[in-house]
Amino acid sequence: MSEYRLEMRGVVKTFPGVKALDNAQLKLRPGTVHALMGENGAGKSTLMKCMFGIYKMNEGEIFYEGQKVTISDPLAALKMGISMVHQELQPIPERSVAENIFVGRYPMKKLFGFIPVVDHKKMYEETERVLKEVRMNFDPKQKLGSLSVSQMQSVEIAKAVSNDCKVLILDEPTSSLTAHEVEALFRIIEDLKAKGVSIVYISHKMDEILRISDEVTIMRDGKYIGTWDAKELTTDKIITQMVGRELTNLYPARDNVPGEVVLEVKDFTSIHPRSFRNVSFQLRKGEILGVGGLVGAQRTELMEGIFGIRAHSKGSVVFKGQEMKISRPRDAITKGVALLTEDRRATGILGVLSVADNVSIASLDKYLMGGVMLNDRQIEKLVQDNVKKLSIKTPSSKTQIQSLSGGNQQKVLISRWLANNPDILILDEPTRGIDVGAKYEIYCIIAELARQGKSIIMISSEMGELIGMSDRIMVMCEGRVTGFVDGKDATQENIMELATQFETGSTRAAAQESATA
Amino acid sequence: MQTQVENKNRFSAANIKSMLRDNIIIVGIILISLAVGIARPNFFSIGNIRNLISNTAVRFIIAVGVSGCLITKGTDLSAGRVAGFAACLSAIFLQKGDYADKFYPGIGELPIIVVLLGVLAVCGFIGAVNGSIISLFKVPPFIATLGMQTLVYGICLVYTGAMPIGGLRRDYTKLATGYVGNRMFTYVFLIALAVGIFMWFLYNKTRHGKYMYAIGGNESAAEVAGVNCNKTKILIYMLAGILYGLCGFLMAAKSGGASVNTAQGYELEAIAGCTIGGVSVNGGVGKISGILIGVLVFELLKIAMQFMGIETSYTYIVQGLVIIIAVALDLRKYLTKK
Repeated sequence: MSEYRLEMRGVVKTFPGVKALDNAQLKLRPGTVHALMGENGAGKSTLMKCMFGIYKMNEGEIFYEGQKVTISDPLAALKMGISMVHQELQPIPERSVAENIFVGRYPMKKLFGFIPVVDHKKMYEETERVLKEVRMNFDPKQKLGSLSVSQMQSVEIAKAVSNDCKVLILDEPTSSLTAHEVEALFRIIEDLKAKGVSIVYISHKMDEILRISDEVTIMRDGKYIGTWDAKELTTDKIITQMVGRELTNLYPARDNVPGEVVLEVKDFTSIHPRSFRNVSFQLRKGEILGVGGLVGAQRTELMEGIFGIRAHSKGSVVFKGQEMKISRPRDAITKGVALLTEDRRATGILGVLSVADNVSIASLDKYLMGGVMLNDRQIEKLVQDNVKKLSIKTPSSKTQIQSLSGGNQQKVLISRWLANNPDILILDEPTRGIDVGAKYEIYCIIAELARQGKSIIMISSEMGELIGMSDRIMVMCEGRVTGFVDGKDATQENIMELATQFETGSTRAAAQESATA
Repeated sequence: MQTQVENKNRFSAANIKSMLRDNIIIVGIILISLAVGIARPNFFSIGNIRNLISNTAVRFIIAVGVSGCLITKGTDLSAGRVAGFAACLSAIFLQKGDYADKFYPGIGELPIIVVLLGVLAVCGFIGAVNGSIISLFKVPPFIATLGMQTLVYGICLVYTGAMPIGGLRRDYTKLATGYVGNRMFTYVFLIALAVGIFMWFLYNKTRHGKYMYAIGGNESAAEVAGVNCNKTKILIYMLAGILYGLCGFLMAAKSGGASVNTAQGYELEAIAGCTIGGVSVNGGVGKISGILIGVLVFELLKIAMQFMGIETSYTYIVQGLVIIIAVALDLRKYLTKK
């Protein structure tokens, strides 16, 4: 018997245009919490998807309890005792809790001795039992969709437990949880650990990692950097290993000078009671306004509201002294506002189209000859100018954008908006899923745009980025603006304090407790 | 620099291999046709080729109509029925003045162009309704146009009383039989050619075309980029309707009459032609030249089967298989890329 429950060695995984994993490895001991860390795009999720059989490795081997195995699909992984709670939960909201837990492996019985039917009684009993194991007690017959996000997550974990898992992968499990719920999750993890389950814990939150994990493996740019005993590590040490260099030169020097107010948002409130409300802020010419907050702070929703993707019930947006009436993106675009969306794949790139089409799509009006025909030569010039200016690495302007790396895709999308010469750029997580080198280039572009007098709103969940790039930081919590911090005075602590000002007393106390812990 | 490298490798063994794999159906059908041609020399006769061209021409018009819907990840199952309705309408208003069984005995001879424009307007309206239901009420295109298919068929049945319409005016039927110069260049062929050129221009050189590909590539991203997706989609379905109208108008002229069953099943042939020709049901991909090849090859297959003496009933089985295989192969291309 090997001392490890599961080992992955020399894993290589390539996607068109990107080497997502390059000789990655992972060694899991039984009954431990193993944190997997790395920046966005370091390959953590990809490695886990290889382990779980969602992706096929190009190279590499997996050993399970000392035996070499091949995991061809998630079903094979589940049979082996590997379970995964995905970053984005994949529940079936319209079906019951029990059915969600037992989907694909319903307990069966024979009606009249020969007609196979689902044994509902057994399914509900089993569900109750596993829910108890994760310290939850809700009705197994309840519709999953009626639960909160954290409860759904518990159901996912219950599903893994019911599967008698030996290895449990938790991919950013706390990203949508309140501090209170995180505590509950940690108790479940401790229980599972005591039962000998190996847990892979992926998270960006240092305090959580240092608290819960026994061992830490750090990855960078798809490569294995090392594995440490969690007791030997500090936040600084982890960051240095993740980033691969000292923190000091992560961000370019900025010499933008914020000028007069160009945008004023007053009492902006969503039509949904739980979304953004009573938001007021100002944005100056040439200013970089960072927007911080936890997941669920409704930052993206607020920006989408200003941009006209989401509706608002009251409040106004005053742009250069004039109130803007915005009911759809086009209204905002023609006024000179651009929005780089958070989810590049879902709402950014036009995957199968060329780089040229992706750059020009928002500004085609400018390239019409006689109101009908597009001027291909001018469009090509626009593309080439941008390719040069933002140093976009692409074989040609006709290359499909989906074959470029994340960083280059992001640059193409920035070019798309620059082609419209906007006054205000709203950047929602502009460096998510982008490797370190390209990140720095994006920062330089942002700094240069601000220097040219463009106003930037930058939502970011990376504290370092927020502090390193912003002139001012607006912090939100549960849809409200809880405060502003000057870029020079910003620290992780004072941003976190504002980001965790929840309204309900109990969760707020719990949040502060964990924030200071 | 790098573009040149790409060009240099265009004819490398690997590229040719992948090109063959991507176009396996086209290659297969051409091989089958060649074999049939060798076995039955009649296959390459002028008459047969002329027949092929004229059949391809009408189906090409309907296929480019559907292609816009497919490229935006939609579909249009009402295509054949709308074309059939158009054929009936055209025939009804272009009957000979002295024809005994005239639909509207009182009505005089209308100018052909007026009837054509009227038919196109009706079909464009049906298409616009399709587009509006799909984009404004978010009804899945498959369901919306399936409903419209049945609805239009019903209207056509009620309107014509399920009676076939014949006795068409000579100047109207001449549209199908007439030609310019060589007999290859029939009016139908020239009209299809003009439609092809117009659609190529629309798809490649105009904002509408770019918006269409963008919606197919990623609708929510296109919306964020300021594309008016609803308007674009309504226009696409409306234009599709107009093209079905044109197709139906020509078909009635071609066959010298029309009935409620004219253009039966053409929507599936059109979708097949598009898919064989590289229009992806995944959206965002498709060229006019590809559609032409797809429709031509599909037509070639049907004629080849006729020449092999296969009973028509069996050809449906083969056609159905080809459609499924074409879509499966298309989707496979995108699966393996993940």
